Amino acid sequence: MPIDTSAWSRRRILQTSAALGAGLAIPHVFVRNAWSQDKVFCNSPTGSNVVLGFNVPQSGPYADEGADELRAFKLAVQHLNGEGDGGLLKTLKPSSLKGNGILGKKVTFVTGDTQTKSDAARASAKRMIEADKVVMISGGSSSGVAVAVQSLCQDMGVIFMTGLTHSNDTTGKDKRRYGFRHFFNAYMSGVALGPVLAEQYGKDRKAYHLTADYTWGWTQEESMKNATEKEGWKTVQTVRTPLGAGDFSQYLTPVLNSGADVLILNHYGGDMVNSLRQAVNQFDMKNKTVNGKQFEIVVPLISELMAEGAGDAIKGILGTANWDWKLDNEATKTLAKSFGEAYGRPPSQAAQTCYAQTLLYANAVEMAGTFYPPEVIKALEGFEFDGLGNGPTLYRAADHQCFKDVLVVRGKEKPANQFDLLEVVKIVPRETVTYDPSIFGGELGPSEVKGCAA
Amino acid sequence: MSQSVMTSGNRPEKGMGKSPAERTEPTGSGLRGFMRSSGGDYLLLAVFAAAILTMPIWLAPIGAGYPDILQKFAIFGIFALGFNILFGFSGYLSFGHAAFLGVGSYAAVWMFKLLSMNAFPALIFAVLVSGVFALLIGFVSLRRSGIYFSILTLAFAQMSYNLAYSVLTPITNGETGLQVNRSDPRILDQLFGGTSMTVPDIFGVQLQGWAGFYFCAVLLILAFFITMRIKNSTFGLMLFAIKANQTRMSFTGFSTRPYLLTAFVISGMYAGLAGGLLAVTDPLAGAERMQWTASGEVVLMTILGGVGTLLGPVIGAAVIKYLEQIFSSFNEGLLHRAFDFLPTAVQDIVVAIVAPFVGEGWQLTLGLMFMIVVIFLPGGIMEGVGRIARRVRRDKPSDDGAASKAGH
Repeated sequence: MPIDTSAWSRRRILQTSAALGAGLAIPHVFVRNAWSQDKVFCNSPTGSNVVLGFNVPQSGPYADEGADELRAFKLAVQHLNGEGDGGLLKTLKPSSLKGNGILGKKVTFVTGDTQTKSDAARASAKRMIEADKVVMISGGSSSGVAVAVQSLCQDMGVIFMTGLTHSNDTTGKDKRRYGFRHFFNAYMSGVALGPVLAEQYGKDRKAYHLTADYTWGWTQEESMKNATEKEGWKTVQTVRTPLGAGDFSQYLTPVLNSGADVLILNHYGGDMVNSLRQAVNQFDMKNKTVNGKQFEIVVPLISELMAEGAGDAIKGILGTANWDWKLDNEATKTLAKSFGEAYGRPPSQAAQTCYAQTLLYANAVEMAGTFYPPEVIKALEGFEFDGLGNGPTLYRAADHQCFKDVLVVRGKEKPANQFDLLEVVKIVPRETVTYDPSIFGGELGPSEVKGCAA
Repeated sequence: MSQSVMTSGNRPEKGMGKSPAERTEPTGSGLRGFMRSSGGDYLLLAVFAAAILTMPIWLAPIGAGYPDILQKFAIFGIFALGFNILFGFSGYLSFGHAAFLGVGSYAAVWMFKLLSMNAFPALIFAVLVSGVFALLIGFVSLRRSGIYFSILTLAFAQMSYNLAYSVLTPITNGETGLQVNRSDPRILDQLFGGTSMTVPDIFGVQLQGWAGFYFCAVLLILAFFITMRIKNSTFGLMLFAIKANQTRMSFTGFSTRPYLLTAFVISGMYAGLAGGLLAVTDPLAGAERMQWTASGEVVLMTILGGVGTLLGPVIGAAVIKYLEQIFSSFNEGLLHRAFDFLPTAVQDIVVAIVAPFVGEGWQLTLGLMFMIVVIFLPGGIMEGVGRIARRVRRDKPSDDGAASKAGH
């Protein structure tokens, strides 16, 4: 191929290398400035403000959850700054919170859109860390995103208080020293739901799984399979569906002829709303009889927002939840009241976990007396508390997972109003759902990292 | 949006019947410099290098003076430069270039996992793997031209995406994305008693933050230089000839396929380098990098900046990444602060009007901007720059004005 063969003249090489060299030398002058401030750790707050980053999905299948999480974050920041009615600052026990910000610094926040994509979420988190100088990131509604952002936060040395993430991996094989989860996980859902399913639908059942194809779906499918097979159920087939598929009819068509008499939908958010509505309305599965038994649908992870979206389809469907605004305890009532007054609607479980995480971080900083992450981590590890709506709760040091009661819920047949969509069937005690951290493996990693201060 | 892109993909074919003056129009002044690099080109390179390396300073006032976004500017600049070698020079619109970006990322992360956290083996491997991958896809796709070529590349890219997303989960870790773990083997690092750090480096310098940016910036300048050399070479001339009239080329006795395949592979390797750099600055590879929207994005970048120009794709990449990162983070509170100087009532109205265009509505802004550019400046931002420069100079107003009017 006749490509230009004219050789480089010495003159040209000299010119080019001189230009490149000069160009390369310029930035060093400025870089040295950027590094000269001897920060002790990443984004140490220096002024009278401290910035938190709330990274939630504002588009994609989990956008509804993201919007509600953002409402909760705003409320939590108000309460931390001593504005509004104070919310759960009054009920958290033991509490070091004073209602004057965190360590006397006023709390401000920045937001970002994760788009329910790992790449976008990490770019957004990096912007928060590098441009907005946040000391803590919270949010995320998708375990894929949570796992991705968590490992970024570990590298950067910024604490990550996960929002809605239900995969076993988040505090299992992908756990990190800088990541903390208040929400429950798929394993706990399985343990809590299995016995109830056997009790309600009998022990001789055949299940068909439709599973969202990512880390959360996989672990939930596995947990549900184990829990139901322990009760004597058989698993006919497990089918993976892409996240945000929209139309699930091609996956639902084979279900009724597969010999299965239970459909387990390992979907969440907009996906679950679509697949459940199609299963109930389009395929009329709730009124079918298979193997001489009533056909049943199970949604292992249910939320109020999804129930709202699914409408009548949710009626009678069993699942589990982390929290419900109708629980009978003081903290729940306080939060429902203060959230309701602010936004005219009760908080979803996603909102509650995000609110709780923000308060727990602030409280840990107050306990540690510093924003220095290793100290904050120490304060959170093994922290036993009550008064955030879930009853007595432990932040286990071994995997940074919270242990508390798990709710088994069912879609109400006769809702009293548009927010009264789920009823609590059973409260499964914390001891039952507690497991050995070693079953999922993983490694937390160091608490001293070079991080972004380097 | 995709429709307008498709139409522009047809342009080279439709252009065959047009007047000669118009046909050379998209290449602009590039023709003048064929076969030899003129002094002006080196001046351009020097200015380009200086501008890129000082980005942290002059982009700070618009909120883009932090490492992550500047890394993205540089990386997607490389991606768009490479894409432009194929689309801008030869007129072949590939709709599946994100596949090479993704393959580059996966290759780089696997090197981090298996060999060493050093960036060089990872980048070399990323470029090689995506080059081989481009050779395979290009060999099949280049049997067709025009819209059929575009659809073939799109199909291959979607295939790669779906493979990465579910079928090849053991290699790609599906939706969660491939990550570097402390427990990975990393043979070379073990051999030299390396650390258990999980941050990519070049011989001890960790490639995060500013160091990561300058590393990407140097590679962008290098990529720019190579693109410039390609444009000014005989090979580049062949590509432009193919764009002008492929049939005439073959009648003259040239086999066009080898040239096109070479351009396709080079452009795939650029994408692989960009993908590898994405993994270097952030050691994670996700399947969504290969989605068709990502392929569409690089087409947008190139068209927005200016097809066939040297600088255009880099500018287009920066503009789109800026909109994506900064505009999407604006919320109403921020807007209220920005319009503080207005009386409250007016402020509310202004915020209400502006709000749909920022935050989650950033794509609306991008869409509008793209439409405006395509309608009024078919040559992209570079054409706008050229027009302004001409108006300032006013040395040959009548001639150029007529030519650009005839073009559209």
